[in-house]
Amino acid sequence: MQSKSGANYIHTGSVHAADSKMALQNARDTYTRRGEGTSIWVVPSAAIVASNPDDNDMFFDPANDKVYRHPTFYVMPEGAKAI
Amino acid sequence: MTKEQQALYKYTLSLGDNALIQSYRLSEWCSHAPILEEDLALTNFALDMTGRAQMLLTYAAQVDGNGKTDDDLAYRRKERDFYNHLIMELPNGDFAFTMARLLLTSAYEFYFFTELKHSDDKTLAGIAAKTVKEVKYHMAHATDWVLRLGDGTTESHNRIQDAVNELWQYTGELFETNSADALLRDKNIAVDLLSVKDEWKNYVSKVLSEATLSKPTDGYMHSGSNNGMHTEYLGHILSEMQYLQRAYPEATW
Repeated sequence: MQSKSGANYIHTGSVHAADSKMALQNARDTYTRRGEGTSIWVVPSAAIVASNPDDNDMFFDPANDKVYRHPTFYVMPEGAKAI
Repeated sequence: MTKEQQALYKYTLSLGDNALIQSYRLSEWCSHAPILEEDLALTNFALDMTGRAQMLLTYAAQVDGNGKTDDDLAYRRKERDFYNHLIMELPNGDFAFTMARLLLTSAYEFYFFTELKHSDDKTLAGIAAKTVKEVKYHMAHATDWVLRLGDGTTESHNRIQDAVNELWQYTGELFETNSADALLRDKNIAVDLLSVKDEWKNYVSKVLSEATLSKPTDGYMHSGSNNGMHTEYLGHILSEMQYLQRAYPEATW
């Protein structure tokens, strides 16, 4: 779902549907009732390739102890916004 | 009230009643629809219609000029003073029946309000502009379901065909005109129902044939709402809908 034009799409939820058109309508009916979005993408769940939770230590743990990868050791220039 | 005001009052009231009663029926699906997504879709539609009913009844009360409110008109009017079409008050039946009705009524509303956008009455034209966007989606949703059910299994095909056959006798009333209509037509306020009827028939015929359903022939058509005559079902709707206001008049919270 895209909240406004130009914004990135964010995963909002999942719906049941027999085809893509129905999926789009169901997503609209389920997730845009309070004006949350201006554009919707739907993807069949079978088309999603997901990481395996069993691989989590291999995939994600190595990043845990590398604080130097966060760009937090710099002094922010004055007046710089949105960095 | 002048004759024209009277005509406008009844015209607006009947549009408001159509929205209110149809909304009531759709809201009955809340927590009963086949899947959660459909449950939300139907109750969304009901809320669209409640919003429309509120605008129209507010305007009707204003035209009436007796200091009444939209709530007075919705909750303190008797059955015989309601002017919604009979098709709106029929019980929901099965899912196919509800979808067949939604196809017939939303297509009617789509073409009706598309015309009403050009009304010389600015309030009605404004409400129509807002409504067209909503009913366009109702119509698309109902169309897809009628296609799915008609062209689905033998069971779904039979159910939707039965529903269309049963509902057809209530479609004649949608295009009935009365003297008030004629008066408002002259003032370019009301919609020309003949052109709406042509567009409605074309669209509905196209959907039915695509859904492998046969269009019933025009036979006996029910009628009566124009004079406040209703099926036995409206009274039951009102007894539930108006219960609170009747039991606790002036209740606020």
